[in-house]
Amino acid sequence: MSRQGTRLDPKKVNSELFTLTYGALVSQLMKDYENVEEVNKQLERMGYNIGIRLIEDFLARTSSGRCYDFRDTAEKIQLGFRTFLGITPSISNWNPSGDEFSLIIDNNPLTEFVELPDHCLNLKYSNILTGVIRGACEMVQMEVSSWFVQDQLKGDNVTELRIKFIKRLEDAIPAGED
Amino acid sequence: MVIYGVYIVSKSGGLIYHHDHNVPKLETEKTFSFPLDLKLEYENKKVVVVFGQRDGIMVGHVLMAVNGSVVTNRQLDDGRDVFDVIQSESNYPLNLKFGRPKMTTNDKIFLASMFYPLFAIASQLSPEPKSSGIEILEADTFKLHCFQTLTGVKFMVVAEPSQIGIESLLKRIYELYGDYALKNPFYSLEMPIRCELFENNLQNVLEQVEKTGISNV
Repeated sequence: MSRQGTRLDPKKVNSELFTLTYGALVSQLMKDYENVEEVNKQLERMGYNIGIRLIEDFLARTSSGRCYDFRDTAEKIQLGFRTFLGITPSISNWNPSGDEFSLIIDNNPLTEFVELPDHCLNLKYSNILTGVIRGACEMVQMEVSSWFVQDQLKGDNVTELRIKFIKRLEDAIPAGED
Repeated sequence: MVIYGVYIVSKSGGLIYHHDHNVPKLETEKTFSFPLDLKLEYENKKVVVVFGQRDGIMVGHVLMAVNGSVVTNRQLDDGRDVFDVIQSESNYPLNLKFGRPKMTTNDKIFLASMFYPLFAIASQLSPEPKSSGIEILEADTFKLHCFQTLTGVKFMVVAEPSQIGIESLLKRIYELYGDYALKNPFYSLEMPIRCELFENNLQNVLEQVEKTGISNV
């Protein structure tokens, strides 16, 4: 379809600007809360609030349909990373029942210039991502949880984000789709 | 290319946005002599023409003004009852203004929440399992196109019956909603959309559609 005129270009910004802004956010949170656990929680919450809005943007732009399989969902999440962060994490480590997988991120744009100081080794620096995924999936009636199992900031080779399907939110499925 | 209106209904069924576009205004003013050859009745707080249709005054139009003074409910500006005035011969000739009744915001909210169960019923009535709800509702003077997103928000466009390609317009409005309503940090979900940017961009798209057709949206 040809697009023109007032149409918003999917705005490209330098990822460094984004990285630095996120860094400023995290360091401000560290100052405000002085407690790593609390910061992890706040990041997740902010991510959730972003996710429940961002999903509409994703759906409107990609016009993807509903997922009836968690493998579909995995691909959509991967596509989401490509759309919004410009990276394509690989999907791996499926568990046998097919409701848990890992996203392997080799170059996390959020952590490009970051070194964790000693006093915040428990900080989940990119925890906002887990919130975004939870919020976005919740809006399409899926409850998922996710957590980091490996993190380059902590000396691992790659960053691994584990995502687990919990349940379909049957009550929330809009009429005409259930 | 005529689009009459755009409506957005939230997941929980509340009207969160409505925009009237280009509805032709129909008002007829005429001087009458005694006796009045229109049959008027008072219903729903309006004085309505129930019989006798002529000179652009149609059954269903409401009385808006008498000799230039505005009619509210059944009263004139000076407090006189409309029916007393039109029934006494001494007041004639009378200049009466009729027009199509306007929908108030309340009416729209009411109708939008009516559509919500209708949509759900349609999907249950379906002979086939897994049917969608109403996507197009057709009448002789308009067609209502409805698009429900995966998250449950409904976008509706009321347009001329002959209009094709509304689906892509609905998609485009969805994009605008994602961009200008949801990315506005001061907009809270499920609340009425009062974002000027959204409004302006929607207006632009509608104008563009009107000028150059839907394929260019």
